[in-house]
Amino acid sequence: MTLYRHALNRALDEELAHDDNVVIIGEEVAEYDGAYKVTEGLWKKWGDKRVVDAPISEAGFIGMGIGASMLGVRPVMELMFYSFAYVAFDQMINNAACVRYMSGGLINCPIVVRGPANGGTNVGATHSHTPENLFANMPGLKVVVPSNARDAYGLMKSAIRDNDPVYFMENTLLYGDPAAASELPEEEFTLPIGSAEVKRQGTDVSLIAHGRSVIVALEAAKQLQEEKGVDAEVVDLRSIRPLDEETILNSVVKTNRAVLIDENKPFCGVSSQIAATIQQEVFDDLDAPVLRVTSIDAPAIYSPPLEKEQIPNVGRVVEKVMQLG
Amino acid sequence: MNTPLVELSKYAQAEVNLQLEAEEKITLMREMIRIRRFEEASLKYYNADKMGGFLHLYIGQESIAVGTVSLCGENDHIITAYRDHGHALAVGMGMNECMAELFGKATGCSKGKGGSMHFFAPDKNYWGGHGIVAGQTPLGIGLAYGIKYKGLTGASLCFLGDGAVNQGAFHESLNLAELWDLPVIYIIENNGYSMGTSQKRSSAFKGSLAQRGEAYGIAWESAKGHDIYEVRAKTKAALDRAHRENRPTILELATYRYQGHSVADANAKKYRTPEEIVHHKDNFDPLNVWKNQLMQENVLDEDTYRKIDSEAKAEARQAAEFAEQSPYPEISEITDDVYFEVDKKTNAGSQGRHFFHD
Repeated sequence: MTLYRHALNRALDEELAHDDNVVIIGEEVAEYDGAYKVTEGLWKKWGDKRVVDAPISEAGFIGMGIGASMLGVRPVMELMFYSFAYVAFDQMINNAACVRYMSGGLINCPIVVRGPANGGTNVGATHSHTPENLFANMPGLKVVVPSNARDAYGLMKSAIRDNDPVYFMENTLLYGDPAAASELPEEEFTLPIGSAEVKRQGTDVSLIAHGRSVIVALEAAKQLQEEKGVDAEVVDLRSIRPLDEETILNSVVKTNRAVLIDENKPFCGVSSQIAATIQQEVFDDLDAPVLRVTSIDAPAIYSPPLEKEQIPNVGRVVEKVMQLG
Repeated sequence: MNTPLVELSKYAQAEVNLQLEAEEKITLMREMIRIRRFEEASLKYYNADKMGGFLHLYIGQESIAVGTVSLCGENDHIITAYRDHGHALAVGMGMNECMAELFGKATGCSKGKGGSMHFFAPDKNYWGGHGIVAGQTPLGIGLAYGIKYKGLTGASLCFLGDGAVNQGAFHESLNLAELWDLPVIYIIENNGYSMGTSQKRSSAFKGSLAQRGEAYGIAWESAKGHDIYEVRAKTKAALDRAHRENRPTILELATYRYQGHSVADANAKKYRTPEEIVHHKDNFDPLNVWKNQLMQENVLDEDTYRKIDSEAKAEARQAAEFAEQSPYPEISEITDDVYFEVDKKTNAGSQGRHFFHD
């Protein structure tokens, strides 16, 4: 089995080999081997030109990567935490997302900005943001949030080959989690961005999630089956924008119930968009209101036992499903 | 026309200027006049409600765009802020596509999607046209990074105003430029005012704004911007540093804008005296200074000047007619040019939903 971090490492390594224009830039990505060891060994293998340690200067080096991508370099930028994107927000929105549009299609930015975007590690509000909804709100950006090693591998390779900016959000809790590990074949493969996947077949309710919430949903589905006799289907969005609405709607039409599991805060979270789509497209197929399990609506709390309760967990998902009646 | 008080340029003897043929000197004159007349026409049609939004005019600063760009070669790249019309024309963009962009027409350089602050022509190494103050300064080192990464001999000329020097992104860029030996030239077009706030009310500095480069170990120079010979001489030194050593430079050029920060600047004549504006127009107007220089050199005569000027006026007028007659973009085109992969109808662009309006 390959761990999530090792799957990413393999994808990065292969893409460095695949295209000379690919360069990895970020804080501690080279000589330190990555704060979370995602880039371990790559500097030693590829050297100073291809794997570059940046100073703590996100607006500067992310903006630099965007500028370089306009000239055809394909930078893969690491944010040690995706929360640090907020320091580079102007560059990531006004420049990366808008320059193609404002140039009437003359310029494009083949850049990947990757890093962990999750709560649950007791590092307080500043380091626990999940900004996939913020970035997915911006036309021009693509947002990918893989839940397991196989998806992380295949989607990272597609992200690096994509000619639009792709913001790739990982999860520190998944990097070494056996529940997120996968069997990876020897042969290279890619997975298309914009394609969801049913991770568990079921008939009674659709649990629709992305990122680590998929792992939570799968555990909840197991418990629902064993303890409540409820057969839940789990849909993994994998990509937030573009969004595979077809897979979502097919599942809801099949089960007639939907519970959305989303580590975002509830107000205009990713699940808000999914809920709007479901009610608009398959209203007549619903036997119950669309419910959501999101983070409890406050900045991320530090206190370890309470943070477990603040973000979606198995207990809260089971409880919400049982509320459907 | 007043004869400027300033003496003839001592930079006429700079090697880069001695190399200029008479015809090339006339071309510099023509390019500056074209920018002036384009901007004047823009103002006229802005006031006639032909365009929306902001209009940041380059009038008074023409020698900087024309002088710097005149030295650029195949692998030298240009990027600037929102006062971007002058640079656009200097790199060779046509008046038609520029004026049509101001009018919001489909024939504009950005198909009417960018507007006054967002002109681009990557085929001419012109990367905009950026609306957020100093937001282009990290992109400037990105272009330099790309040039160096590809093993090319070139430079990134990144223009900014004196109001941009206090943004964090600029300081982060300076650090990276020196740390990584990037061939970037930051050209501060110091017109004295960040919108309505004078330099001394907005910036803490010792000697000059460019001198801040010392803190990063970056070569810097502070010079006058109204004399195109001087602009070229100083730019050449910075280009040589970039080309030969992959090293950055901060080049601060003193200049003056005659109009407000933008045409919407209601206080354009309140935060400075009318006498100050007149003083600059009479003595340091880059067109007059250059005209005077060339007449002294017997390169230019009044008839030639008038001919160039009337041609530029006619060109600007025709550009406005072109813009006026051009169609607006279609509503269906609003969502074009958002995603490369969607526009090009690739496999990657065909997966999932990209746009979420009904």
